[in-house]
Amino acid sequence: MYDETDDKTRASDTKEFIEDISKAYPTKVARKRLQHMIGVNSLEKQKIDANVRTIPGIITQRGCCYAGCKGVVIGPIVDMIHIVHGPIGCSYYAWLTRRNQGRARSDGKNYLQYCFSTDIQEDNIVFGGEKKLKAAIEEAYNIFKPKAISVHATCPVGLIGDDVVKVSKEMSEKLGINIFGFSCEGYKGVSQSAGHHLANNGLFKNVVGMDDTEEEGFTVNILGEYNIGGDAWEIERIFNKAGIKVISKFSGDGSYDEIAKSHTAKLNIIQCHRSINYMAEMMETKFGIPWIKINFIGIKSMSKSLRKIARFFDDPNLSERIEKIITEEEVEAENAIAPYRERLNGRTAAIFVGGSRAHHYQDIFKDLGMKVIAAGYEFAHRDDYEGRDVISDIKVDADSRNIEQLYVEPDPARFRLRISPERYEQLKKEKFLSYYEGMIGEMESGSLVIDDISHHELEKIIEIYKPDIICSGIKDKYLIEKWGIPSKQLHNYDYGGPFAGYRGAVNFAKDIDMRVNSRVWSYITPPWKGTPIINAEFAA
Amino acid sequence: MLDMTPPGIAERSALTINPAKTCQPIGALYAALGIHECLPHSHGSQGCCAYHRSHLTRHYKEPVMAATSSFTEGTAVFGGGANLRQAIKNIFQIYKPRVVAVHTTCLSETIGDDLSTLIAKAKDDGLIPEGSFVIHTNTPSYVGSHVTGFSNMTRSMVNYFAEPAKQKKGQINVIPGFVEPSDMRHIKMLLNEMGVKAVVFPDTSDVLDAPQTGSHRFYPKGGVTVEALKSTGSSKKTIAMGSFASEAAAQALMVKADVPYDLIDLPIGIAATDRFMQSLMDITGKEPSERILDDRGRLVDMMTDNQQYFYGKKVAVFGDPDHVISMTEFLVSMDMIPIHILTGTPGKRFEQRIREILKDVAPDARVKAAGDLFELHQWIKAEPVDLLMGNTYGKHIARAEDVPFVRFGFPILDRVGHSYFPVVGYRGAMHLMEKILGVLLDRKDRDAAEENFELIM
Ligand code: SF4
Ligand code: SF4
Repeated sequence: MYDETDDKTRASDTKEFIEDISKAYPTKVARKRLQHMIGVNSLEKQKIDANVRTIPGIITQRGCCYAGCKGVVIGPIVDMIHIVHGPIGCSYYAWLTRRNQGRARSDGKNYLQYCFSTDIQEDNIVFGGEKKLKAAIEEAYNIFKPKAISVHATCPVGLIGDDVVKVSKEMSEKLGINIFGFSCEGYKGVSQSAGHHLANNGLFKNVVGMDDTEEEGFTVNILGEYNIGGDAWEIERIFNKAGIKVISKFSGDGSYDEIAKSHTAKLNIIQCHRSINYMAEMMETKFGIPWIKINFIGIKSMSKSLRKIARFFDDPNLSERIEKIITEEEVEAENAIAPYRERLNGRTAAIFVGGSRAHHYQDIFKDLGMKVIAAGYEFAHRDDYEGRDVISDIKVDADSRNIEQLYVEPDPARFRLRISPERYEQLKKEKFLSYYEGMIGEMESGSLVIDDISHHELEKIIEIYKPDIICSGIKDKYLIEKWGIPSKQLHNYDYGGPFAGYRGAVNFAKDIDMRVNSRVWSYITPPWKGTPIINAEFAA
Repeated sequence: MLDMTPPGIAERSALTINPAKTCQPIGALYAALGIHECLPHSHGSQGCCAYHRSHLTRHYKEPVMAATSSFTEGTAVFGGGANLRQAIKNIFQIYKPRVVAVHTTCLSETIGDDLSTLIAKAKDDGLIPEGSFVIHTNTPSYVGSHVTGFSNMTRSMVNYFAEPAKQKKGQINVIPGFVEPSDMRHIKMLLNEMGVKAVVFPDTSDVLDAPQTGSHRFYPKGGVTVEALKSTGSSKKTIAMGSFASEAAAQALMVKADVPYDLIDLPIGIAATDRFMQSLMDITGKEPSERILDDRGRLVDMMTDNQQYFYGKKVAVFGDPDHVISMTEFLVSMDMIPIHILTGTPGKRFEQRIREILKDVAPDARVKAAGDLFELHQWIKAEPVDLLMGNTYGKHIARAEDVPFVRFGFPILDRVGHSYFPVVGYRGAMHLMEKILGVLLDRKDRDAAEENFELIM
């Protein structure tokens, strides 16, 4: 039976824990960090600080604006060349390190395995690097004849005043292909998140809407799906069965031509809210495409998401097909995960990743009978935690003000609400459309939410809660495992995947089981520890 | 795989495609981890630090700790002094290191933050606890490469810590270069075996190959201590391995503390290891121990036994300059023919040394410093090879051109072993030979017609 007092005591336990964590910090730091941690209490509306600066000197998981722009959103577009204007490192580290899988379309163009950089040198810093950038763009064009090129600025070139946007435009005119630049210097904003925003703006301004060819049927764009380990392909497998047509993906296995006509789709579905809600909103305003938030991770989530899509299209045949698919696929997946569930039931997990994934994986752990005791994001904003209701009371601070905000208006020729205005309003009111409820609502009372978790806080969680598995990224993986706790990377899946969709859920169950229930952990303590077995026959 | 690469060699002056190097700070960060109880600190925006930590973690499969000044746009305009002060204060209170080793990034370099002054001020203001240290090096990535960063941080260890001494002690310094923890461990073992007392720095053994014990030590037991670094000024001599990674520190020690140095190649392969042994003999006046001689003998035995499988095989090698120089010599000693040799790190000395090594064997070899893998790939397309050696990024070329591939150097992101099994010394050479022979014979087996598929060799 549900007992309110339980919730209260659990919440006060976490409060104590949070206060204890912050003891190691200098007073000022502690005061700030306390705003980033809450013990979930489902009886209250809770507020958490997010998307503010990381404190200098704190070991953080966060990356930079450039990583969000080139690394996450633009880089996975298969058939474009992405040139990084800057010293070599920035380009090098974003080269094949996110496992965004992608295939060439019929034109055979695929540049994912390449890394392009202007590798600027000291004299470029002194005298400016625009000339070198122009030459580099021209060389890339001459060698590869791509249909489009993106150019990304890194910290030092922004500082010396190289204008990648202007140079790109100039070169676009000269070479006659679409070339556009991103001023996504790493120091902008406070995390990768700023880069996602800029990337969305750039794609929206320069690609979306270029090709008006419209396709028939139940057409959608998948937004915020980066095809790590082939996730998008598993989703598409199911969509194909249902007769849902994906016009374009932003941006895993993404294609320039497909993004150019993405504005013709009837619905946008958002997987990673943080990285791409901007795109959804702009397309809604300009072209009248409604958006829904879905979640493809986990069996139940996948089915729920399919039903959501069916509800949007409101077509009996589609709904029937989807129900059939759900029945088939669920049975198959449930059967496949059953043995894992048995071994994982009651175990605990903590998830610290990204700006959406720590939410996506809540349901799949429930599918496995596991409990998420702590979770948090690297670079989310408050709405990712608290839901979109709070957007209006998020204050824009100096760091966010520097990120370009596009003012979008309805396109008089092409704006077309995909459903009747009445239904549109009704679905919005019901929070079916244009809504995301955030992570906190998914979590149980007494669990912890920590934003921008620091190394110290992670170690405290390990020490006190000893979760059976911690999902995180590469920087934390081996640290966690040194504590004898298995870790699963949710940014790149440790060579595994896909984890999305039904088959993905089965892969995930297998992977979690193989980490949590592996016998290797049992060898950490030598057998003689505690009871030494020394048969000292030959001792002097 | 790499299907867009055209066969004709493309002329380029501005565009780097598929680099064979990366940026300075990652090398500085790695070197700093080789000091006991040291927390590396990246002075710049946090993205660089995130990338460097991720990349080192992928290579070593170990936790890699580092803090950052977390610059934002305002910092970029007004300078990073305030951020560094805050960082120093927080770091000492939270992580309690003995040493904080600061390196710059492109951003803080371009702004022109003066770290010496900032650190001195922090010290005067009492932000650095008694007995603890903040050291720094400048690592702008629009100069040199990750190897330069390693070299710069290693030199800073000398600049900050080495104490000149009139009376020299019975010890030497060994600067092992940008090599694996396994290599550093093996070098220490050889020194020990030769009865040489030495300060090896940096030393990442027992830091980046820490055992699994079920609890994490924020500062693992390894690393050169501050005391040992201080004593480098009273050593009789320094052996610097690899001019690119190690000479700068050796030179600094000579200038600062009058410690002469021998510059040798990284002891990879038989001849380079022989020369290392020779320098130790010169210092000690003793011949190598029987155990070392036996190892050498076993290596030569392996070479003579298997020479026919190596003979005349064409090889392409790329990687960090010190590594590639020694490796090229080793390949030649096995009768192989290195025909494409490339490093991403700039520096004239590289081409000179390689030309010297190859003058009788492959005078027409393509050799290049400051090259990239796109160019190497085009060379291989123009003149195919029997073997490719280099870091993980070579795997795409190997697959595209169907060439046997041995992973060697930094980084190796997709295999393990490098941090546990040395490539230096006679045993390291045996390990390398075994890897090369393995892929060559695997290829032979794979390509053999059924009736030519042999059980024995
Ligand atoms: S900005 Fe410079 S230091 Fe930072 S990752 Fe890029 S190249 Fe490296
Ligand atoms: S939250 Fe996840 S999917 Fe979204 S950008 Fe981050 S890592 Fe990618």
